[in-house]
Amino acid sequence: MIKVTYVAQDGTETTLEAEEGASVMRTAVSNDLDGIVGECGGSMMCATCHCYVDEAWQDRAGRRSDDEDEMLEGAASEVTERSRLSCQIKLDQSLDGLIVHLPEEQL
Amino acid sequence: MSTSRVVIVGAGQGGLQAAVSLRQNGFDGSITLIGAEPRLPYQRPPLSKAYLQEGNAEALMLRPASFFESKQVSYLSGTRVLEIDRRAGEVRLDGAAGDRRLGYDHLILATGARNRRPPIDGIEHACDLRTLEHAVRLREALTVPRRIAVIGGGFIGLEFAAVARKLGHEVSVIEAATRLMSRAVSSAMSLYFEGWHRARGVSLHLGRAAAGIDPDGVTLDDGTRVGADFVLLATGVRPNSELAEAAGLLTHNGVTVDAQLCSSDPAISALGDCASFPDPRSGRTVRLESIQAATDHARLIATRIAKGSCPDYAALPWFWSDQGDQKLQIAGYAGLEATEEVVSEGLVARFDAAGLVAVESVNNARVHMKARRLLGSGGSADLAALQEAIAA
Repeated sequence: MIKVTYVAQDGTETTLEAEEGASVMRTAVSNDLDGIVGECGGSMMCATCHCYVDEAWQDRAGRRSDDEDEMLEGAASEVTERSRLSCQIKLDQSLDGLIVHLPEEQL
Repeated sequence: MSTSRVVIVGAGQGGLQAAVSLRQNGFDGSITLIGAEPRLPYQRPPLSKAYLQEGNAEALMLRPASFFESKQVSYLSGTRVLEIDRRAGEVRLDGAAGDRRLGYDHLILATGARNRRPPIDGIEHACDLRTLEHAVRLREALTVPRRIAVIGGGFIGLEFAAVARKLGHEVSVIEAATRLMSRAVSSAMSLYFEGWHRARGVSLHLGRAAAGIDPDGVTLDDGTRVGADFVLLATGVRPNSELAEAAGLLTHNGVTVDAQLCSSDPAISALGDCASFPDPRSGRTVRLESIQAATDHARLIATRIAKGSCPDYAALPWFWSDQGDQKLQIAGYAGLEATEEVVSEGLVARFDAAGLVAVESVNNARVHMKARRLLGSGGSADLAALQEAIAA
């Protein structure tokens, strides 16, 4: 099992167990975590699964693609260099322990 | 009068979103979500795309069972609404628990649409694609080499055709109109996709209706035979508005709603595929079959119920279709009479009398997002404004 920790704006941490191959978005949605919407289901048609990858994990999680970068223009909260669409971060063992921070709003 | 009991008919993405948004808006009354299918609410868009290839039904679920407990949403699966009794403020249900009645203060119709079944001889030989059950059957059909005929060259038919072709099947698409996706996209975009599908070896029969289906294939209206051992019927949908009609609500190509998505009865709203609503731009009544419309409608209705008022619906439509590695993205909504201008290959601007109404692009998230921003900004834009936005 791969563990992912989501840190909300108020500092609340939620650690979820993820399946290999699942995305950070899908893991949050299937565990009913508030703060990640994932409206388009991971088709990169919206920016409602925006997250900030924790600094310590940025290299391992990878950088956002050009298309991801464009979709993030539609994000409801500030986009920083750590911003990713969480539907595009697929989980494997190398990301066990991943920490992502949630934005103030997604819509 | 305060609303304490909300009943949502239809547990697709729009119906579920209404429940989610009601709680997010602080609504603390009872919420009952009624779905005809026997499982938790799921996403339909992947059924003609990723699901056919990956077969991961778990990944389709919109919310886990725990959501319904933690948010106190009563979910009745496998249950149909037989009748809306407006005078009593009740719906009559038919489900595993038998015939019963459920009271509402506000009713949200999220009944969606059902597939058209045109009067074609032998139509019983054709499969549909609407539910997870259908997709399971289609996935199974794709496991052995086949000759496949798809009746209907719209989004669903073409998405399925692209998957089937990629898996190595022999694929024919039969479309009664003279071009693909003719209701929804410009003729230039139709031509673009016509070229793409043909180049991949899909055989297209345009301007030909299916006259008959049998176990060996499809006969077209000019007598041509299209050999097939598997036939998918994808000829569009009809809104599920019979319940509303029987209850005396105004309906015309769906449940007629006003700018706040209220039906002709103030205690009943409608959303998504089953709702005919005033297009914020033109004021004309439209009905959109998209995730965007379903979820944006749901949020507005939830706000109105929870807060007592809401602004007029003003969301910009957006849509996508994945056909193989081609992602068609549409920002805005163009009516049938909209004109078109090809900006570059795979990029078409659509106009009405007042200016730019929609932008169709392929594999170009950058332009799509710029178009969404430009069209969503309210003012009118022309081709020069679009080109300027793209260049920026």
